[in-house]
Amino acid sequence: MPAPSPDPVDAPSLSERPGADLLTEAGGEIEFDAVTADVTADESRHQLEERKLGIGFWVATAWLVVLVLLAFLAPWLPFVQDPNEIDALALRQPVAWQDGGSWNGSASDTLHLLGGDDLGRDIFSRVIWGARVSLFVGVAAVALGFLIGGTIGLTAGYFRGQYEKIVMAAMDIMLAFPALILALAIVVFLSEPGSQEATLRTITLTLTILSIPALARITRASTLTFSQREFVQAARTLGARNGRILVREILPNVIPPMVSFSLIAVAIVIVAEGALSFLGLSVSAPTATWGNMINEGRTALEFAPHIALVPCAVMFLTLLSLNYVGDQLRRRFDVKEVRL
Amino acid sequence: MRYALGKLVQLVVVLVIVTFLTFMLINLLPGGPEAAILGFGADDESIAQLQEDLSLNDPIPIRYARWLGDAVTGDLGQSYVNGSTVSELLGARLPVTLALMTYAMFLALLVAVPFGIATAWKADTRFDKITGTVSFALLSVPNFIMATLLVYLFAINQDWFPATVKEGDENLYTLFLPALSLALGQIAVFLRLLRTDMIATLQEDYIGVAKAKGMTNRRILFRHAFRPSSFSLLTVAGITIGNLIGGTVIIEQIFGINGIGKLIVFSIFQRDYLVVQGVVVVIAAGFVIINFAVDLLYALLDPRIRHARAIA
Repeated sequence: MPAPSPDPVDAPSLSERPGADLLTEAGGEIEFDAVTADVTADESRHQLEERKLGIGFWVATAWLVVLVLLAFLAPWLPFVQDPNEIDALALRQPVAWQDGGSWNGSASDTLHLLGGDDLGRDIFSRVIWGARVSLFVGVAAVALGFLIGGTIGLTAGYFRGQYEKIVMAAMDIMLAFPALILALAIVVFLSEPGSQEATLRTITLTLTILSIPALARITRASTLTFSQREFVQAARTLGARNGRILVREILPNVIPPMVSFSLIAVAIVIVAEGALSFLGLSVSAPTATWGNMINEGRTALEFAPHIALVPCAVMFLTLLSLNYVGDQLRRRFDVKEVRL
Repeated sequence: MRYALGKLVQLVVVLVIVTFLTFMLINLLPGGPEAAILGFGADDESIAQLQEDLSLNDPIPIRYARWLGDAVTGDLGQSYVNGSTVSELLGARLPVTLALMTYAMFLALLVAVPFGIATAWKADTRFDKITGTVSFALLSVPNFIMATLLVYLFAINQDWFPATVKEGDENLYTLFLPALSLALGQIAVFLRLLRTDMIATLQEDYIGVAKAKGMTNRRILFRHAFRPSSFSLLTVAGITIGNLIGGTVIIEQIFGINGIGKLIVFSIFQRDYLVVQGVVVVIAAGFVIINFAVDLLYALLDPRIRHARAIA
C-alpha cells in the first residue's frame, strides 16, 4: 500500500481514521479535516472553474497584513499607546462611534477609538498588543512544530519500516489525550515552581509540543504520495543519496501544501493560546492578550459590553481570515493528492 | 471477532502508556512529587511523612503498578489541599460534565444531520451556499467567544436564559446556553463532513436504481444514503468528544458549572497536583475508551471493515 487510501475497506484504526488527523483543541472546534472535507466534493466543480482568488481572499489578506504590521510596529507607532497606561477619564468609555464615545478625545485628552476598559486602559492599543502575543505564539509554535513534526513526518514517510511505526505510534499516543487537557498538563509541567504564571516561552513551547503530532501526520501523508513518484525513482536510479532526494526532490513538493496548511494551523494555535489565557494560564495578567481581555471584559458585559466584544470581534476576524486564506490557498495548490 | 480482539490489544497498550505518562507527570515536575505536593521549603518531617504515605522511595515501576492498581479499584489518591479523595470529587462533578457533553452532542447532531442531508440533496443551490458560508464562519469562532456572545445576547440583552448555572439546578433549560456554545462549532464540522459524504453516496449506482424503482426521496435519503454516509461523521463524533472535554473546561468556567473542567482549573491554581493527575487520567482513559467503542461501532455499521480484517 504505497499511500494511505480513503478506501473504506481499509480498516480505520485509531491512527488511520480520518478524524485522527485533527489537531483538535479546546477553544474552538476548528479542525483540519473539516476544512479539507469540502475539497473532495468541490473537486469536479472547481477543476472546471478558473482558479482565481476572489475578493474575499484579498480582503482577508489585507486584514492579516494590517494586523501583522500594527502588531509588529506597535512600540513605534504614535497612535498605539502604552497598553497598560490608565486614563481615569476613559473608564468604560464606549467605542468612538457610539454614544458616550468620542472621535477627538473630548472626553479625555487622548483618542480612544475602541473605547476604554474597566481600568481606563485604551482597548485599541491593548488589542494591538494582544495581537503581538497571539501572532507571535501562533507563528512561532507552528514554525517550530513544522520544523520538528515536519522532519519526523518527512523521514517517517520516506524511510518507512520500523522507524515509521514507532514514531507514528508515539504521535498517536499524544493524540490520545484531549488537546486542552494535554495543554493544561504541559503548562503545569513547564511552569516555574512556585509561580503560577507561564511565560511567553512556556506557552509557545506547550503549543509547539501540542502541534507536533498533527503536523507530523500531515507531512508524512504528503511525503508518502511523493516518495513513490517517477521523479523520485529517477533521482534514485541516478544514484542520488537519501538526504539529497529528501531535500531536493521531496521537500520542495511537500512545502506548498504545508504553507497553506500552516495558516490554518496558526489559527488553531491562536485559539488554543486564547483558551489558555482566558483561563488565566497563559502569559500573566497585566500583559494584554486577547484571551484575558475577553475574560476580564465578561464581568462588565452588562454595562460596557464593548470591553469583551471588541477583542472577540478582532479575534474572530483574524481567525476567519487565516482559515479563509489557508483554505483558498489549499484549493489553489490543489491538494487532492495529499488526501489524508 | 478478530478485529475486536486486535482493537482490544491496542486499547490496552494505549491505556497503559497514557496512564504511565500521566503518572510520570507528577514525578517529573521540578523538585519531584515532594515539592509538587508540599511546595518548596517544606520541612524535612513532612517530606518524610509524605514519602512514607506515598511510598515515594520505591522504584518507579513498582509505584506505577501500585498506583494503577489503586486507580482501577477507584482509589485515585487524596487531595493534599482539602483532604477529600479524588474519587469523591470526581463522583460529585463528573455527572454534570457528562450531561453537558451529551446535551451539546445531541444539539449538534440535531441540527447538523438534517442540514447535512438537505445541503447534499440541494447541493450548489443558494441554500447550500449560505449554509456553507455560515458553517465556515462558525468554524472560526472559539467557544469562549461563542459563550461570551450567547451570554451577552440571551442572558443579558434578553433575559431568556440564566448566565450562570447554580449547583443543583442543572437542567435542560439552565444548561442550554452552555451546551449551545459547545455545539455550534461542532455543527459546522459535522455538517460539512456529512454533506461531502452524502454527495459522494448520492452518485452511487444503487441510488439511481432506487430512484428508478420510484422510491420516495425521503426513503432514499434516510434509508439508503444516510447510513453509508455516516461513517466519517461517526469517527469524527468520537474525536469530537476530546474537543468537547476541552470545551467544557472553558464553558464550565464561564457559566460557573461545577463540573470536572472547573475542578481541574481550580486544582491547577491550588497546585493540587494529585487532583490534577486524577482528573487527567480519568479524562484521558475515558477518551481512549470512547474512541475504542467508536471503532467497534464503526465495524458494526460497515460490515466491510469486519470482513476485510477477517480475511486478512
